[in-house]
Amino acid sequence: MIRSIEEINQKIREGRVVVYTAEEIIDVVREKGVSAAAKEVDVVTTGTFSPMCSSGAYFNIKQPKIKIKMGGGTAYLDKVPAYAGFAAADIYIGATALPDRAPRNARHPGEFPFGGAHVIEALVSGKKVTLTAGAYGTDCYPALERDEEIGFEDMNEAVLFNPRNCYQNYNVAVNLSDKTIYTYMGVLRPHLGNVNYCSAGQLSPLLNDPLYRTIGIGTRIFLGGGKGYVVWPGTQHNPNVPRTEAGAPKKPSGTLAVMGDLKKMSPAWLRALSFIGYGVTLAVGIGIPIPILDEDVMKHVSVTDAELWAPVVDYSRDYPYGEGGGPLAEVTYAQLKSGHIELMGKQVPTGAFSSILKAREIAGILKEWIHKGTFELTSKVASLPGAKGGEDL
Amino acid sequence: MITRKVILRFPPEAVEEPVTYRLVKDYGLMVNILRASIHPGKKGRLALSVTGDEADLDKALAYVRTLGIEVEPMAEDICRIEERCTSCTACIPACPTHALDVDRVTWQVSLDKDKCILCGSCIPVCAYKAMEITYDGS
Repeated sequence: MIRSIEEINQKIREGRVVVYTAEEIIDVVREKGVSAAAKEVDVVTTGTFSPMCSSGAYFNIKQPKIKIKMGGGTAYLDKVPAYAGFAAADIYIGATALPDRAPRNARHPGEFPFGGAHVIEALVSGKKVTLTAGAYGTDCYPALERDEEIGFEDMNEAVLFNPRNCYQNYNVAVNLSDKTIYTYMGVLRPHLGNVNYCSAGQLSPLLNDPLYRTIGIGTRIFLGGGKGYVVWPGTQHNPNVPRTEAGAPKKPSGTLAVMGDLKKMSPAWLRALSFIGYGVTLAVGIGIPIPILDEDVMKHVSVTDAELWAPVVDYSRDYPYGEGGGPLAEVTYAQLKSGHIELMGKQVPTGAFSSILKAREIAGILKEWIHKGTFELTSKVASLPGAKGGEDL
Repeated sequence: MITRKVILRFPPEAVEEPVTYRLVKDYGLMVNILRASIHPGKKGRLALSVTGDEADLDKALAYVRTLGIEVEPMAEDICRIEERCTSCTACIPACPTHALDVDRVTWQVSLDKDKCILCGSCIPVCAYKAMEITYDGS
């Protein structure tokens, strides 16, 4: 080991810490080699800004004088249903939730102009939303209904809690059928009309720590413009996929469950999306610092788009119906980011939903926070389940 | 040679007149149909980009007016709403004229209004709802 996290934090406090982003470090390693770069650099910052459907927020709403028990009753925020199966004042709204009367896909493809993600974006923008609650009334919570405008100041806590974010690699979507399809990977035109991908590639947090050496439960992160934590492996976390020799997964694999104080986040980094024909989701900005503990960690963070592979999947038959012979091809993020890939003898244009521009900004902000001493690194308290066997959580 | 973008509003009785053919054949104009909503026996609307000598263009539009068709300059507007656009690039493959493009060094998406033909292909593919297009002020 070259340095410990405690030593890095000491350097942060003394203003001596050396930080690069996951893109900048590529040139440093190219120029100086892994060994020299590992000795010089303390931290590498990563970033991603991408739609993450398994996102949501819970709120504890301050009680009015005559108290109400929303638990077991109903709660809506701007007509979007929130989950009210907790105690009297706690509700949870999911990013993909839709108003009861929304037409959804009744006229396909539906537009999905408003949902849970929009409520979350409105609140972090400092706006008020309308809480409409219904209750059955008890001796201790007599009120039967509540209808009022509320904002963050009317909540004791507002917490972003996302069961699955930050996918380590993802499918590249195409459409082999003869009609346009509307998916969570966007509008896919027939006969390989376009290719949509969704990863920050060489900037992506888990692709820079492919074997979960440093990112684990308890890791402090940039989340939605504020600070948050990795709290658990994300749902569908699956480290056991084919990997490159360097350890990079060649399919969707690891994921993170993350949480943080929503009141301290910003709409620049939490953004509602409406996918035509599919639904509403939330784009979440996440940045994770990687402490350069040894040369092995440095080797991983210097990974480039040309070394990161993703499977091309047909979303007309293979993904929805499980029909087809699996991925059509494997392509690198360098190929995807060039604007075209060659597939089945055809040049197909590429587009993405993960913003490289924003991912880069996030890695830059995190670097600045560390330089300024406002963000210190944490040691993980438990490892994520790993490809070579993780901890028994 | 100049190019004008215009909206032609057809009364029901003029819908069956082969206006586009006349513009090409009699006035030597290059006509690009941007949007059309024409149904026999009903009011119609045609959004055109017409290119030719200015004199020919004026004569052509005067002819069109003699048919009872209203001609208005197209007050079109396409807008990339900066604060909603995240430069994700989902719109890039959908844009047929490369009016929407991304700088692959900075990864900033930009819109070149001169190249835009107002086809509207970017509208549904933008999940961030960052693209807005309006025709003749509506």
